[in-house]
Amino acid sequence: MPSLIKDGAVASDDWCVLEKPEEGQAAAVAVPDQRVIVPLAVWQAQREPLQARRQTLGVWLGPEDSADQLGAEAGEFELLAVHFPTFMDGRGFSTARLLRERYAFNGELRAIGHFIRDQLCYMRRCGFNAFSFAEPIDLQAALASLDDFTEYYQAGTDQPLPLFRRRA
Amino acid sequence: MYVYDDFDRQIIQQRVAQFRGQTQRYLAGELTDQEFLPLRLQNGLYIQRLAPMLRVNVPYGMLNSTQLRKLAHIARFYDKGYCHVSTRQNIQFNWPELAEVPNILAELAEVEMHATQSSGNCIRNITSDQFAGIAEDELVDPRPYCEIIRQWSSFHPEFAFLPRKFKIAVTGAEDSDRAATQVHDIGLQLRRSETGEIGFKVLVGGGLGRTPVIGSAIREFLPQAHLLSYLEAILRIYNQLGRRDNKYKARIKILVRAMGAEAFAEKVEAEWQQLKGGHSTLTDEEIERARHFFTLPDYEHLDGARTDAELQAQAAGSKAFSRWLQRNTRGHRQPGYAAVVLSLKPTGVAPGDVTEVQLDNIAELADTYSFGEVRTTHEQNIVLADVKKSALFALWQQAKAAGFATPNIGTLTDMICCPGGDFCSLANAKSIPVAEAIQRRFDDMDYLYDLGDIDLNISGCMNACGHHHVGHIGILGVDKKGEEFYQVQLGGNAGANTTLGRVLGPSFGREEMPAVIQKLLDVYVENRSDDEPFVDTYQRIGLEPFKERVYAKSH
Repeated sequence: MPSLIKDGAVASDDWCVLEKPEEGQAAAVAVPDQRVIVPLAVWQAQREPLQARRQTLGVWLGPEDSADQLGAEAGEFELLAVHFPTFMDGRGFSTARLLRERYAFNGELRAIGHFIRDQLCYMRRCGFNAFSFAEPIDLQAALASLDDFTEYYQAGTDQPLPLFRRRA
Repeated sequence: MYVYDDFDRQIIQQRVAQFRGQTQRYLAGELTDQEFLPLRLQNGLYIQRLAPMLRVNVPYGMLNSTQLRKLAHIARFYDKGYCHVSTRQNIQFNWPELAEVPNILAELAEVEMHATQSSGNCIRNITSDQFAGIAEDELVDPRPYCEIIRQWSSFHPEFAFLPRKFKIAVTGAEDSDRAATQVHDIGLQLRRSETGEIGFKVLVGGGLGRTPVIGSAIREFLPQAHLLSYLEAILRIYNQLGRRDNKYKARIKILVRAMGAEAFAEKVEAEWQQLKGGHSTLTDEEIERARHFFTLPDYEHLDGARTDAELQAQAAGSKAFSRWLQRNTRGHRQPGYAAVVLSLKPTGVAPGDVTEVQLDNIAELADTYSFGEVRTTHEQNIVLADVKKSALFALWQQAKAAGFATPNIGTLTDMICCPGGDFCSLANAKSIPVAEAIQRRFDDMDYLYDLGDIDLNISGCMNACGHHHVGHIGILGVDKKGEEFYQVQLGGNAGANTTLGRVLGPSFGREEMPAVIQKLLDVYVENRSDDEPFVDTYQRIGLEPFKERVYAKSH
C-alpha cells in the first residue's frame, strides 16, 4: 500500500485518485467502487449517484478550480485534496486556506501532485494535514520539514492569531 | 530603528537552519537544481554570470553602524572586498561561495539582518523614502508600517509561490514621492482623513520592466487598521488569478490591465469584505509598538538661525564646501540639523559600489555624526539623516578623504545604474562602462551645476533595474544580433508625477553615447528659459528638437 504523510507521521494510504477526465466526459466516467478522490468536475457532474457514498468519496481541486465552487458543501466531505501541477504553482496554498477558513472544512486536507518537502511547513500552515507526493521521497526524513518554523509572524490555519496579538 | 525581540530572533534563526539544511541537501545531490532554485532565491541567492550573487535586505533602507561593520566583515571575509547598493535599497555581494552562504546568513542574523525573500516569486523587501522621519514634507512616518508589512510578509505561508515577484513601497510624504510608489506592484501613500485618521491611498499594478505601467488607485483611503487584511486580499486575488503560463505576463500589472483596474478593485473589495475585521486587523497597541522604534533621536535644541549663519560663513570661505553643501545636503525638520547624502558615484567606480574600508568609514561617520544610523537610497547613495549643521564642515572633510564627497547628488553623474552585463546574467548589454564614459566626459563641475537636476538612469536590459523608464534621460541596453546597443528615452520622471519616458529613436553603439548625451544637453541649454530644469524644458519643447539634433546628418 502506498504511503503518505498524515498528521505529522508516515501512514499508509488506502485512497486512490481518479484522474481528470477528458473535456465533457465528467458525467460519463466510471467512479471505482472503493475509497476514491474524484475531480471536482466529476463530483459536480455525478452528484446524484455519488451523494450516497460520502464515506468513500473525496474531491480534489485543481489549480484552476476555486474553493468557492465547492463552497459550504466542503464541510460535508471527509477528505478533500488539492492538486499541484508543479511545485512552483502556488494557487493551491490559497485554495487550502479558503477551504479551512472560509468553508470550515475539518476533514483530511490532502496535497497531491508535485510539491517538495521544503514546502511542507507553509502547506501545513495553509491547512493541509496530509501529503501524498507524486515523486517517491524519503517520507521519514521529510517529516522534519513540517516544523521548519515553529513561530510565525502572520495568522495561519494553525495559529489564527498573528504574532502581534500574542507578543507579551 | 526596529530592534528584534526573542520572537524575531527565533524566527530568523529557524530560517538560517532551514536554508543550511537545504544547501547541504543540494550539495549532496538530494535536491535538484530546479528544486533548489526558488529556495535559494528566497534566501537572496542568484547564480550570476561569474559567480553567485547574494542580495541582502536592508528593510526600508535603514542600517545601523553595527550592521555596516558586519557588512564590511562579510565583504572582506566572504567576498572580494566590496558590495553594491541596489536600486531597491538592498546590498548585493557579487562573489560569495554557495557553500558559505548559510554562514553569511547566520552572521547577518547576529546583527538582525537577513536575505529573506530578497528575490524569487514572493513578497520582496519593503522599500520607502530615504528621508522618512526627517523630511520637511512628511505627513506620517512610513517606517512603522514598513516594519509591520515586513513582518507580515516574512515567511507568509500562502504567498511564497506567487506567479511572479511582488514589490511593495510605502511613502509618507505629502507632495513628493521618493519611494517610487507609482511603479510598484503595490504602492502605499500615507494619508490623513478629514477627521485626522491615518490611512493609505492604495495603488496597484505599477511597475517598470518590459511593460512599464503606472499604478492604478484602487482605494483612496484605507484606514490603517485594515492594512494587512487589505494587502492579504490583493495578494490572494493575484495568487489565484495572475497568469502563470508566461513569465513575462505574470506580474500583477498585467492582471490589473487585463481585468481593468475597476474590476480588479471590485474583486479585492469582495475578498476583503470576508477578511476585514479578523485577527489580522491592526491594533492600536501594535501600531504604537512599531512606531516607538522610530522615535526622534536625542536632538540637541539648537538655534537654527545661528547655525545657519555660521554655516554660511564657512561656505563663503570654501567654494568646494559650498558646492557640497548645495548638492549633498538636504533640509531637516529639526532646527540646526541637516541630512547628508554620501555620494557613491565618484567617476571610475561602478555606481553604488562600496568597499569594505568604506563601509567601516560610513559606520564611523554614522557613529560620530548621525546617531549611529544611515539609510540606503534607491538612487544608490547613502544618507546620514541627522547631522548637526555645525558638524557639516568636519564631516565633509572626512567624507572627502573617504571618497564620498563628490558633490554631484542630483546631477547628471549621480546616475542610477544596474550592474549590467558585467555581472548580471539577464543583461543584454553592459551598463557600468556607459556610466563611466559619461562620468568621464562630464567631469566639469561648473558645467554639471549649470545643468542642474538631471536624472540619468541606465539599465542593461528591459527588466529595468536601472529604472530607465523614469529617468529624465533613460538609457536601455539592447542586444542586436549579439552586439550591444543603447536606446535613449527622454522625459521620464520619478516622484509624485511619475511619467514614463519616450524612445528617442534608433539605438547607438556604446562609444557614441557620451556624444549623444552631449547633444541632448546642448539642445536643453539652448532652449531653456531661466532656471528651467531639463525635464521641464523637455515637456515644453517636446521630443522633436532633441531627436533632430541627435540624428542630424553631418554635412
